[in-house]
Amino acid sequence: MYDMKALYEAGSVEEAVSLRMEHPEAQIIAGGSDVLVQMREGKRAGKELISIYGIDALRGVSLEEDGTLRIGSLTSFSHITRDPLIQKYINVLGQAVDQVGGPQIRNIGTIGGNTCNGVTSADSASTLFAWDAVVELTGQAGVRRIPIQEFYIKAGKVDIHPDEIQTAILISKESYENTFGHYIKYAMRNAMDIATLGTSVNVRLSADKKYVKRARVAFGVAGPIPLRAVTAERLAEGQPISEELAERFSQAVKEDINPRDSWRASRDFRLHIAVESAKRAFMESVKLAGGAL
Amino acid sequence: MEKHVMQYKTVHFSLNGKNVERTVDVRASLTDMLRNDFRMTSVKKGCEVGECGACNVLIDGEAFNSCIYLAVWAEGKAIRTLEGLLGPNGELSDIQQAFVDEAAIQCGFCSPGFMLTAVEILESGKEYTDDELRKLLSGHLCRCTGYENILRAVKKTMYRRLGKPMPEES
Amino acid sequence: MSKSVGKSAIRVDAYEKATGRAKYMDDLCDRGALIAKVKHSTIAHGFVKSIDTSEAETIPGVVKILTCFDAPNRPFPTAGHPWSMDPHHQDVADRMLLNRHVRYYGDDVAAVIAEDEVSAMQAVRALKVEYEEMPFVLDVLKALEPDAPQLHEEYPGNVLAHTEIRRGDYEAAIQEPGLIRVEGWYDTPTVQHCHIENHGCFAYEEAGRVVVVSSTQIPHIVRRVVGQALGIPWGNVRIIKPYIGGGFGNKQDALYEPLCAWLSTQVGGRLVKFECSREETFVSNRVRHAIRTHIISYVRPDGTFVARKFEAFSNQGAYASHGHGIVAKGMGAFPQLYPCENLECDCWTVFTNKPSAGAMRGYGIPQAMFAGECHIDDVAKAVGQEPVAFRRAHLMPVGYVDGFSKNELYDDTFNQCMDRGLAYIDFARKYEAYKNQTGPVRKGVGCAVFWYNTAVWPISLESSSCRMVLNQDGSLQFQTGETEIGQGCDTAYSQMVADAVGVPLEKVHVVSTQDTDVTPYGTGAYASRQTYIGGFSIMQTGLALRERILNIAHEQTRMPVSNLDLIDGNIVRKTDGRILKTLGDLAMESLYSMESSQHITAETTAQIKTNAYSFGCSFAEVEVDIEMCKVKLVNMINVHDCGTLINPQLAEAQVHGGMSMAIGYGLSEELKFDEKTGKPLNNNLLDYKLSTFMDHPHLEGEFVENPEPTSPYGTKALGEPPACSGAPAIRNAILNATGVAVDCCPITPHVLYAEFRKAGLIEE
Repeated sequence: MYDMKALYEAGSVEEAVSLRMEHPEAQIIAGGSDVLVQMREGKRAGKELISIYGIDALRGVSLEEDGTLRIGSLTSFSHITRDPLIQKYINVLGQAVDQVGGPQIRNIGTIGGNTCNGVTSADSASTLFAWDAVVELTGQAGVRRIPIQEFYIKAGKVDIHPDEIQTAILISKESYENTFGHYIKYAMRNAMDIATLGTSVNVRLSADKKYVKRARVAFGVAGPIPLRAVTAERLAEGQPISEELAERFSQAVKEDINPRDSWRASRDFRLHIAVESAKRAFMESVKLAGGAL
Repeated sequence: MEKHVMQYKTVHFSLNGKNVERTVDVRASLTDMLRNDFRMTSVKKGCEVGECGACNVLIDGEAFNSCIYLAVWAEGKAIRTLEGLLGPNGELSDIQQAFVDEAAIQCGFCSPGFMLTAVEILESGKEYTDDELRKLLSGHLCRCTGYENILRAVKKTMYRRLGKPMPEES
Repeated sequence: MSKSVGKSAIRVDAYEKATGRAKYMDDLCDRGALIAKVKHSTIAHGFVKSIDTSEAETIPGVVKILTCFDAPNRPFPTAGHPWSMDPHHQDVADRMLLNRHVRYYGDDVAAVIAEDEVSAMQAVRALKVEYEEMPFVLDVLKALEPDAPQLHEEYPGNVLAHTEIRRGDYEAAIQEPGLIRVEGWYDTPTVQHCHIENHGCFAYEEAGRVVVVSSTQIPHIVRRVVGQALGIPWGNVRIIKPYIGGGFGNKQDALYEPLCAWLSTQVGGRLVKFECSREETFVSNRVRHAIRTHIISYVRPDGTFVARKFEAFSNQGAYASHGHGIVAKGMGAFPQLYPCENLECDCWTVFTNKPSAGAMRGYGIPQAMFAGECHIDDVAKAVGQEPVAFRRAHLMPVGYVDGFSKNELYDDTFNQCMDRGLAYIDFARKYEAYKNQTGPVRKGVGCAVFWYNTAVWPISLESSSCRMVLNQDGSLQFQTGETEIGQGCDTAYSQMVADAVGVPLEKVHVVSTQDTDVTPYGTGAYASRQTYIGGFSIMQTGLALRERILNIAHEQTRMPVSNLDLIDGNIVRKTDGRILKTLGDLAMESLYSMESSQHITAETTAQIKTNAYSFGCSFAEVEVDIEMCKVKLVNMINVHDCGTLINPQLAEAQVHGGMSMAIGYGLSEELKFDEKTGKPLNNNLLDYKLSTFMDHPHLEGEFVENPEPTSPYGTKALGEPPACSGAPAIRNAILNATGVAVDCCPITPHVLYAEFRKAGLIEE
């Protein structure tokens, strides 16, 4: 039994928006795998909840007319992993969210909830950063779309207006075309864990597969919110593929990341793992893109 | 202290194939409802935060930790618990029998949750490698078995359902 | 005669557990129970100055709030040990139902009884506790310093106990020229049992007595402790133990039964339920003692031990619980496992402001084996010997007798077990092949043996009682005070009963629940004692029942008793093998006889004044990813000699579970605390890294069966031994792979990162 003051259930986005207006103090609950846990801990005890879990319109993956990949915010991790469009265009996202918790958590956890928490360790977030995802929010005035990097404000805080809910995550065709990526979750055990560090790399190669046209690398837990390491990205751009490039690329991530010391892991350790993970994820991405190392 | 205004909702769902309805306190978890209102003793409480898997049930064919699932969300869903696996005369289902035969049960507290996840795995009709099975079962913690005989029980049932011989243990 | 013992009989509780029908504590509790919750201290050490209950009292649904100022000032012990008639040997009585002097972050200061869980939790949060804070200490060595914060007035210097072993002349022996000195400090962590069912209980009064239904391993001991805690005659307490979801030693203490019983008495005997949350289980139950061990060995170049020093510092945490018994047992293994003529051994049990340490699977042996077996590989390396060969040369020899316990190593157990492990892992070849690797991923193999002795004689009482009741159909019920906690003793006992009496297994019905009003006395599940100890009372009672049956058979058939036998549930005339009647017919005739009606039962108590060694080993193979600082366990085997196997399949399952616990101990599990506040940091199953399905390789459990001559069934300890040698085997495999000797566990990536940097394997 949860210490909940009241529960408001939304059956549609419109209902959710009006409930948001009527109950400004209420917390949105999607799958609940974080909100309910916090409520039990006492952190959110006695609060009102707006459940959007019943809004089936926010489930599923589709392609928009311009080729944009649209992931409904309530799509569960397991459904993302199994989705043919995800597998075809951004398989790394499916692989990343397939490492969240365990199977039951992946059935209840949603990509919307994962990103709206604003936590740096979210397994989906680094990949979404690395693929220039756009967050779609719907409020009274209609739909607002912002880059995911702007959506994250600070640890635990994201840009959702008081009348809004997150309705989709979008990946443009420009972003996913001819792009191949790899995610490395570094954790203390192989299941049921949160990332000590999450590293998501993707590359786009030249037609002859000899050069890097574009590289992206983003991290979770390398700073208070997920972040891109642009110095490394720039360094790799236009460069011929080699192991030495992988090495330089990975060393360059240190320019942009800023992990902290915590009881879970030291800053030094995270830096070390970030470099090694970036190297391995880069090499794997190149291989996936058809490049030879 | 402000008095809590009780809020109830009548939930209609299918429980082990039978249509049921209950009026529940909206604060209830699905674990609370199944244990308290339906006396489903197979649904266990081990951590109440979705980490151990002891409260696992199948909702529309997928495994969920019922402790972090609101009871009111059951509306319109098809929910299965371990009680639903049993035949009309108390016959064990194949997966239950395999857990018995392979000594995959010790204290028994994690067993119901494991068996229901196994049902989801088996109902996919697919053949999985050991590593895949380990991953598919990794949402459950067990302190008694080292998972060894649980893997054996699930694997054995998988091959039996696929009509294939179980490969020799490597 | 067909025998049940030795067969892999299906668990007697398998159907109940496979269907979810088996009733655990909460399944038995009426839904109308009042709910109790505890307020825990948010400081590590100090005094409660006041508790303001005014806001909490106003919360609807709150029935009663009781604070440390309301609780009786009556200290009681909690350890699951048999009572001792010698006051000096009794457990330390240092617990209170609620505490004004709080000694760890999470100590119990108040309790709320409410109509429902939410109100109870709201009230707990609304309690305002004012503390007088005092300095605290978490580290065992710091707690021994002269200016350390003091926890218990009765134990100055925080030393609960210190014991020593002296043999020969250590100082003189080390003067021998040419000796090689090997020294190490080996640290083991605070870990928790993590049974999947948290401890919980419910209590109510009935006919002026208090009844507690509890998730416990030790109902008869809990009865005594509740009596002591409440200051009521022990006969006024009734404890009922249903199925429990694991225990591993945590539930070998009285946990919240005394408080729950007292709370019920404070609300007129109404039904009160208290369930630990997972967070409370980690902190406010018991943990395994973290022990820091210092070993110095002086060896000749051929590896012969000349003199050895052993010092162990055991972190007791806030309260005595099982106390010094744990580290003392560990120290006891040291002189025996690798005999040496010159020894100086000391061990200290030291109070700190951490959660109380109690019994946990292995009772000091996992810690002692981690230290001792890591050290053996260090010694072997120092003298340039292959570590298994080194062990063969120096381990306890066949025929060794321990003077205190009178335990004897009857068989060549160690070599037999190591032979099996060696062959399975292909140790000798791989050990050589893996010695000098340089790549980014390196493989290694490691070995460790363990020492374990069964049960608690001669330190404490060992006895067991059994009752058998024959039914009209020739089936029988039996009861013992020893408890089924998941390990399978109900099944093993049923097999033993079948053979002792002479009936088929399906005619044997175990009464699984212990109810102290009904169940004969037995102390419960601990010390890997039950199969060994219970075997004595089962055999004795079985024989007594047989004797009664055969006497009645004589009356009914007029055949001399000496010509009669009971085989597979039939009365058989031995002289010609003819079946004279079934046991069912005999029982019917006996019970309903108009001349001499007899209900055929038997009950006896056996006191056991023997003990048995139970030995074995672990072999592990690892792959170490140097840059990622990660160990992948790729293969592992445990080989045990626990005597004759009662049920091979369940024995193997028991080994898997122990290996799993050892893997966590070696690689991932540790309860952590904030150095600044003493607050536990990871007391949940997400942050405490219990091994998951994906963290294990295939676990191989094998046996060498040398029947134990002192046991009626040839059996001895298997409950705890599987958890004892896995961690050092993994550590030694990492040593083989990398050349880096890690002297602490768990060997996490954080530890390897530091060690690999030190060793120059990864760049600064």
